Amino acid sequence: MSEIDEKLRTELQRQGIWVTSMQELYNWGRKNSIWPLQFGLACCAIEMIATAASRYDIARFGGEVFRPSPRQADLMIVAGTVTKKMAPQIVRLYNQMADPKYVIAMGACAISGGPFKQGYNVLKGIDRYIPVDVYIPGCPPRPEALLHAFMELQRKIDGQKLTGTDKAEFLKPEQLSEFPVPKFGEHDLEPPANRDVFQPPKLERV
Amino acid sequence: MTEMHPHPYLFIVIFIGVALAFPLVPLALAWAWRRFFQPPKPGAEKNATYECGVESIGEAHIQFQSQYYLYAIIFLIFDVEAVFLVPFAVAFTGLPVGAFVAILIFLLLLIEGLAWAWGKGCLQWAR
Repeated sequence: MSEIDEKLRTELQRQGIWVTSMQELYNWGRKNSIWPLQFGLACCAIEMIATAASRYDIARFGGEVFRPSPRQADLMIVAGTVTKKMAPQIVRLYNQMADPKYVIAMGACAISGGPFKQGYNVLKGIDRYIPVDVYIPGCPPRPEALLHAFMELQRKIDGQKLTGTDKAEFLKPEQLSEFPVPKFGEHDLEPPANRDVFQPPKLERV
Repeated sequence: MTEMHPHPYLFIVIFIGVALAFPLVPLALAWAWRRFFQPPKPGAEKNATYECGVESIGEAHIQFQSQYYLYAIIFLIFDVEAVFLVPFAVAFTGLPVGAFVAILIFLLLLIEGLAWAWGKGCLQWAR
Protein backbone atom coordinates (compact mmCIF):
# COMPACT_ATOMS: atom_id res chain seq x y z
CA MET A 1 0.00 0.00 0.00
CA SER A 2 1.43 3.29 -1.04
CA GLU A 3 -0.61 5.64 1.18
CA ILE A 4 1.04 4.59 4.41
CA ASP A 5 4.64 5.35 5.11
CA GLU A 6 6.62 2.13 5.37
CA LYS A 7 8.46 3.28 8.49
CA LEU A 8 5.22 4.20 10.20
CA ARG A 9 3.88 0.79 9.31
CA THR A 10 6.88 -0.98 10.79
CA GLU A 11 6.59 1.15 13.90
CA LEU A 12 2.92 0.28 14.25
CA GLN A 13 3.67 -3.40 13.73
CA ARG A 14 6.22 -3.24 16.50
CA GLN A 15 3.44 -2.00 18.77
CA GLY A 16 1.19 -4.85 17.69
CA ILE A 17 -1.01 -2.92 15.28
CA TRP A 18 -1.32 -4.38 11.82
CA VAL A 19 -2.31 -1.97 9.09
CA THR A 20 -3.36 -3.38 5.76
CA SER A 21 -5.47 -2.64 2.72
CA MET A 22 -8.17 -4.54 0.90
CA GLN A 23 -5.76 -5.24 -1.93
CA GLU A 24 -3.06 -6.62 0.33
CA LEU A 25 -5.49 -8.76 2.26
CA TYR A 26 -7.03 -10.12 -0.92
CA ASN A 27 -3.71 -10.89 -2.54
CA TRP A 28 -2.36 -12.39 0.66
CA GLY A 29 -5.26 -14.78 0.78
CA ARG A 30 -5.01 -15.58 -2.90
CA LYS A 31 -1.30 -16.22 -3.05
CA ASN A 32 -1.38 -18.57 -0.08
CA SER A 33 -4.17 -20.74 -1.42
CA ILE A 34 -3.25 -21.47 -5.01
CA TRP A 35 -5.01 -24.67 -5.98
CA PRO A 36 -3.31 -26.41 -8.92
CA LEU A 37 -5.14 -28.47 -11.48
CA GLN A 38 -4.39 -32.14 -10.98
CA PHE A 39 -2.97 -33.33 -14.23
CA GLY A 40 0.42 -34.42 -15.47
CA LEU A 41 1.56 -35.06 -19.00
CA ALA A 42 4.95 -36.75 -18.86
CA CYS A 43 8.00 -37.29 -16.68
CA CYS A 44 7.80 -33.75 -15.23
CA ALA A 45 4.60 -34.88 -13.56
CA ILE A 46 6.68 -37.26 -11.43
CA GLU A 47 8.63 -34.29 -10.15
CA MET A 48 5.37 -32.45 -9.58
CA ILE A 49 4.10 -35.40 -7.55
CA ALA A 50 7.33 -35.39 -5.57
CA THR A 51 6.81 -31.68 -4.93
CA ALA A 52 3.37 -32.40 -3.56
CA ALA A 53 4.57 -35.27 -1.39
CA SER A 54 6.01 -35.02 2.09
CA ARG A 55 9.69 -34.40 1.37
CA TYR A 56 9.21 -31.19 -0.61
CA ASP A 57 5.69 -30.51 0.61
CA ILE A 58 4.08 -27.82 -1.50
CA ALA A 59 1.55 -27.50 1.33
CA ARG A 60 4.02 -25.14 2.98
CA PHE A 61 3.09 -22.67 0.25
CA GLY A 62 -0.62 -23.39 0.28
CA GLY A 63 -0.66 -25.31 -2.96
CA GLU A 64 -1.33 -28.85 -1.82
CA VAL A 65 -4.99 -28.95 -2.83
CA PHE A 66 -4.70 -30.47 -6.30
CA ARG A 67 -8.16 -30.16 -7.82
CA PRO A 68 -9.48 -32.74 -10.26
CA SER A 69 -11.85 -30.18 -11.80
CA PRO A 70 -10.78 -27.08 -13.73
CA ARG A 71 -13.69 -25.19 -12.18
CA GLN A 72 -11.99 -25.29 -8.79
CA ALA A 73 -8.40 -24.75 -9.87
CA ASP A 74 -6.39 -21.52 -9.93
CA LEU A 75 -3.17 -22.80 -11.41
CA MET A 76 -2.39 -25.05 -14.32
CA ILE A 77 1.01 -26.73 -14.08
CA VAL A 78 1.78 -27.92 -17.60
CA ALA A 79 4.10 -30.71 -16.49
CA GLY A 80 5.57 -32.47 -19.48
CA THR A 81 5.60 -32.87 -23.22
CA VAL A 82 2.51 -31.45 -24.88
CA THR A 83 1.66 -33.58 -27.87
CA LYS A 84 -0.44 -32.14 -30.63
CA LYS A 85 -3.08 -34.68 -29.76
CA MET A 86 -3.25 -33.30 -26.22
CA ALA A 87 -2.99 -29.56 -26.94
CA PRO A 88 -6.70 -28.92 -27.68
CA GLN A 89 -7.67 -30.64 -24.44
CA ILE A 90 -5.23 -28.50 -22.47
CA VAL A 91 -6.54 -25.29 -24.03
CA ARG A 92 -10.09 -26.43 -23.31
CA LEU A 93 -9.24 -27.18 -19.69
CA TYR A 94 -7.60 -23.77 -19.39
CA ASN A 95 -10.72 -22.16 -20.82
CA GLN A 96 -12.84 -23.92 -18.24
CA MET A 97 -10.82 -22.66 -15.30
CA ALA A 98 -12.36 -19.77 -13.39
CA ASP A 99 -10.62 -16.42 -13.30
CA PRO A 100 -8.10 -15.52 -11.97
CA LYS A 101 -6.05 -18.33 -13.46
CA TYR A 102 -2.34 -18.87 -13.86
CA VAL A 103 -0.11 -21.19 -15.84
CA ILE A 104 3.30 -22.61 -15.01
CA ALA A 105 5.11 -24.19 -17.95
CA MET A 106 7.23 -26.84 -16.25
CA GLY A 107 10.24 -28.23 -18.02
CA ALA A 108 11.86 -27.87 -21.41
CA CYS A 109 9.04 -29.66 -23.23
CA ALA A 110 6.25 -27.45 -21.96
CA ILE A 111 8.35 -24.38 -22.78
CA SER A 112 9.57 -25.27 -26.25
CA GLY A 113 9.16 -28.95 -27.06
CA GLY A 114 12.48 -29.68 -25.39
CA PRO A 115 14.39 -32.76 -26.57
CA PHE A 116 11.37 -33.81 -28.65
CA LYS A 117 11.13 -30.50 -30.49
CA GLN A 118 11.88 -32.17 -33.83
CA GLY A 119 9.07 -34.66 -33.35
CA TYR A 120 6.18 -34.31 -35.76
CA ASN A 121 3.72 -34.88 -32.95
CA VAL A 122 5.11 -32.49 -30.35
CA LEU A 123 3.83 -29.00 -29.71
CA LYS A 124 6.72 -26.56 -29.54
CA GLY A 125 5.63 -24.95 -26.29
CA ILE A 126 2.26 -24.50 -24.66
CA ASP A 127 2.65 -20.72 -24.84
CA ARG A 128 1.55 -20.95 -28.45
CA TYR A 129 -2.04 -21.23 -27.28
CA ILE A 130 -2.36 -20.03 -23.68
CA PRO A 131 -0.54 -17.28 -21.77
CA VAL A 132 2.14 -18.63 -19.45
CA ASP A 133 3.02 -16.83 -16.23
CA VAL A 134 6.14 -18.68 -15.10
CA TYR A 135 8.54 -20.80 -17.16
CA ILE A 136 10.77 -23.39 -15.47
CA PRO A 137 13.69 -24.69 -17.53
CA GLY A 138 15.08 -28.13 -16.81
CA CYS A 139 14.66 -31.69 -18.00
CA PRO A 140 12.98 -32.39 -15.70
CA PRO A 141 13.20 -29.51 -13.22
CA ARG A 142 13.81 -30.59 -9.67
CA PRO A 143 11.03 -30.11 -7.11
CA GLU A 144 12.94 -27.14 -5.72
CA ALA A 145 12.65 -25.50 -9.13
CA LEU A 146 8.89 -25.99 -9.12
CA LEU A 147 8.74 -24.52 -5.63
CA HIS A 148 10.78 -21.58 -6.88
CA ALA A 149 8.34 -21.09 -9.74
CA PHE A 150 5.51 -21.30 -7.25
CA MET A 151 7.12 -18.58 -5.16
CA GLU A 152 7.62 -16.45 -8.25
CA LEU A 153 3.94 -16.84 -9.02
CA GLN A 154 3.10 -15.83 -5.47
CA ARG A 155 5.25 -12.75 -5.94
CA LYS A 156 3.37 -11.94 -9.12
CA ILE A 157 -0.01 -12.36 -7.44
CA ASP A 158 1.13 -10.19 -4.56
CA GLY A 159 1.92 -7.37 -6.96
CA GLN A 160 -1.39 -7.42 -8.83
CA LYS A 161 -3.52 -4.34 -8.36
CA LEU A 162 -7.26 -4.33 -7.85
CA THR A 163 -8.02 -0.81 -9.02
CA GLY A 164 -6.60 1.82 -11.32
CA THR A 165 -5.58 1.65 -14.94
CA ASP A 166 -2.77 -0.82 -14.28
CA LYS A 167 -4.99 -3.28 -12.46
CA ALA A 168 -4.64 -6.99 -13.01
CA GLU A 169 -5.63 -8.36 -16.39
CA PHE A 170 -8.32 -10.68 -15.07
CA LEU A 171 -10.20 -7.72 -13.58
CA LYS A 172 -10.50 -5.96 -16.91
CA PRO A 173 -13.87 -6.68 -18.54
CA GLU A 174 -12.44 -6.50 -22.06
CA GLN A 175 -9.75 -9.08 -21.33
CA LEU A 176 -11.02 -12.44 -22.55
CA SER A 177 -10.56 -15.50 -20.39
CA GLU A 178 -11.09 -18.04 -23.16
CA PHE A 179 -8.74 -18.76 -26.01
CA PRO A 180 -9.57 -20.50 -29.27
CA VAL A 181 -9.08 -24.24 -29.14
CA PRO A 182 -6.86 -25.50 -32.00
CA LYS A 183 -8.31 -28.07 -34.37
CA PHE A 184 -6.64 -31.13 -35.85
CA GLY A 185 -5.55 -30.20 -39.38
CA GLU A 186 -4.15 -32.34 -42.12
CA HIS A 187 -0.51 -31.97 -41.06
CA ASP A 188 -0.55 -29.75 -38.01
CA LEU A 189 -2.85 -28.09 -35.54
CA GLU A 190 -4.98 -25.34 -37.04
CA PRO A 191 -3.86 -22.67 -36.37
CA PRO A 192 -0.25 -23.66 -35.53
CA ALA A 193 -0.13 -20.84 -32.97
CA ASN A 194 -2.47 -18.23 -31.56
CA ARG A 195 -0.82 -14.99 -32.67
CA ASP A 196 -2.62 -12.97 -29.99
CA VAL A 197 -0.87 -14.98 -27.31
CA PHE A 198 2.30 -16.20 -28.94
CA GLN A 199 4.67 -13.36 -29.63
CA PRO A 200 8.19 -14.74 -29.55
CA PRO A 201 11.08 -12.28 -29.60
CA LYS A 202 12.53 -11.77 -33.04
CA LEU A 203 16.16 -12.65 -33.58
CA GLU A 204 18.03 -9.92 -35.37
CA ARG A 205 21.41 -10.72 -36.81
CA VAL A 206 23.81 -7.83 -36.97
CA MET B 1 -33.50 -14.70 40.14
CA THR B 2 -35.06 -14.86 36.67
CA GLU B 3 -33.04 -11.86 35.59
CA MET B 4 -29.76 -13.46 36.51
CA HIS B 5 -30.46 -16.59 34.50
CA PRO B 6 -31.33 -16.11 30.82
CA HIS B 7 -33.89 -18.27 29.17
CA PRO B 8 -32.66 -21.89 29.11
CA TYR B 9 -33.22 -22.15 25.36
CA LEU B 10 -31.46 -18.89 24.53
CA PHE B 11 -28.27 -20.73 23.59
CA ILE B 12 -30.15 -22.58 20.84
CA VAL B 13 -31.19 -19.25 19.35
CA ILE B 14 -27.56 -18.13 19.49
CA PHE B 15 -26.46 -21.40 17.87
CA ILE B 16 -28.95 -20.93 15.05
CA GLY B 17 -27.71 -17.40 14.50
CA VAL B 18 -24.09 -18.52 14.34
CA ALA B 19 -24.99 -21.47 12.11
CA LEU B 20 -26.72 -19.14 9.68
CA ALA B 21 -24.03 -16.47 9.73
CA PHE B 22 -21.21 -18.95 9.21
CA PRO B 23 -22.13 -19.87 5.62
CA LEU B 24 -24.06 -16.71 4.71
CA VAL B 25 -21.36 -14.16 5.49
CA PRO B 26 -18.72 -15.72 3.16
CA LEU B 27 -21.35 -16.15 0.46
CA ALA B 28 -22.37 -12.52 0.79
CA LEU B 29 -18.72 -11.46 0.69
CA ALA B 30 -18.15 -13.51 -2.46
CA TRP B 31 -21.24 -12.04 -4.04
CA ALA B 32 -20.17 -8.50 -3.17
CA TRP B 33 -16.72 -9.22 -4.56
CA ARG B 34 -18.14 -10.40 -7.84
CA ARG B 35 -20.53 -7.47 -7.94
CA PHE B 36 -17.98 -4.71 -7.37
CA PHE B 37 -14.61 -6.04 -8.52
CA GLN B 38 -14.62 -9.14 -10.66
CA PRO B 39 -16.27 -8.77 -14.07
CA PRO B 40 -18.06 -11.97 -15.11
CA LYS B 41 -16.53 -13.70 -18.11
CA PRO B 42 -18.77 -16.50 -19.25
CA GLY B 43 -18.07 -18.38 -22.44
CA ALA B 44 -19.06 -21.43 -24.42
CA GLU B 45 -16.22 -23.56 -23.03
CA LYS B 46 -16.53 -22.28 -19.50
CA ASN B 47 -20.24 -22.97 -19.38
CA ALA B 48 -19.90 -26.42 -20.91
CA THR B 49 -21.36 -29.26 -18.86
CA TYR B 50 -18.40 -31.60 -18.95
CA GLU B 51 -15.00 -30.66 -17.70
CA CYS B 52 -12.63 -33.43 -18.70
CA GLY B 53 -11.16 -31.48 -21.61
CA VAL B 54 -12.56 -33.74 -24.30
CA GLU B 55 -15.63 -32.63 -26.21
CA SER B 56 -18.62 -34.84 -25.61
CA ILE B 57 -19.93 -36.53 -28.75
CA GLY B 58 -23.07 -38.48 -29.43
CA GLU B 59 -26.11 -39.10 -27.31
CA ALA B 60 -25.94 -39.59 -23.58
CA HIS B 61 -29.02 -41.83 -23.63
CA ILE B 62 -27.49 -45.08 -24.82
CA GLN B 63 -28.99 -48.47 -24.05
CA PHE B 64 -27.30 -51.67 -23.08
CA GLN B 65 -28.49 -54.78 -24.85
CA SER B 66 -30.65 -57.04 -22.72
CA GLN B 67 -28.49 -60.02 -23.76
CA TYR B 68 -25.98 -58.91 -21.18
CA TYR B 69 -27.97 -60.88 -18.60
CA LEU B 70 -26.30 -64.02 -19.92
CA TYR B 71 -22.88 -62.65 -19.06
CA ALA B 72 -24.18 -61.73 -15.63
CA ILE B 73 -25.46 -65.25 -15.05
CA ILE B 74 -22.23 -66.91 -16.14
CA PHE B 75 -20.23 -64.52 -14.03
CA LEU B 76 -22.42 -65.37 -11.09
CA ILE B 77 -21.95 -69.11 -11.58
CA PHE B 78 -18.17 -69.01 -11.64
CA ASP B 79 -17.82 -66.25 -9.07
CA VAL B 80 -20.07 -67.83 -6.45
CA GLU B 81 -18.48 -71.20 -7.13
CA ALA B 82 -15.00 -69.82 -6.47
CA VAL B 83 -16.11 -68.03 -3.30
CA PHE B 84 -17.53 -71.22 -1.80
CA LEU B 85 -15.01 -73.71 -3.19
CA VAL B 86 -12.00 -72.14 -1.51
CA PRO B 87 -13.29 -72.47 2.09
CA PHE B 88 -14.68 -75.86 1.12
CA ALA B 89 -11.25 -77.01 0.02
CA VAL B 90 -9.60 -75.62 3.15
CA ALA B 91 -12.06 -77.32 5.50
CA PHE B 92 -12.35 -80.49 3.41
CA THR B 93 -10.63 -82.98 5.72
CA GLY B 94 -12.62 -82.01 8.80
CA LEU B 95 -16.07 -81.98 7.18
CA PRO B 96 -18.89 -84.27 8.39
CA VAL B 97 -20.78 -86.23 5.77
CA GLY B 98 -23.84 -83.96 5.96
CA ALA B 99 -21.86 -80.85 5.10
CA PHE B 100 -20.06 -82.67 2.30
CA VAL B 101 -23.36 -83.74 0.74
CA ALA B 102 -24.74 -80.21 1.18
CA ILE B 103 -21.86 -78.65 -0.70
CA LEU B 104 -22.15 -81.26 -3.43
CA ILE B 105 -25.82 -80.38 -3.88
CA PHE B 106 -24.86 -76.73 -4.02
CA LEU B 107 -22.24 -77.48 -6.67
CA LEU B 108 -24.77 -79.51 -8.59
CA LEU B 109 -27.11 -76.51 -8.68
CA LEU B 110 -24.35 -74.35 -10.10
CA ILE B 111 -23.30 -77.01 -12.60
CA GLU B 112 -26.92 -77.28 -13.66
CA GLY B 113 -26.89 -73.54 -14.38
CA LEU B 114 -23.67 -73.94 -16.34
CA ALA B 115 -25.14 -76.83 -18.32
CA TRP B 116 -28.19 -74.73 -19.09
CA ALA B 117 -26.04 -71.82 -20.26
CA TRP B 118 -23.87 -74.17 -22.31
CA GLY B 119 -26.87 -75.72 -23.95
CA LYS B 120 -28.21 -72.29 -24.77
CA GLY B 121 -24.95 -71.50 -26.59
CA CYS B 122 -23.80 -68.76 -24.20
CA LEU B 123 -20.24 -70.08 -24.10
CA GLN B 124 -19.74 -69.32 -27.78
CA TRP B 125 -17.79 -66.16 -28.45
CA ALA B 126 -19.83 -63.12 -29.40
CA ARG B 127 -21.70 -63.54 -32.64
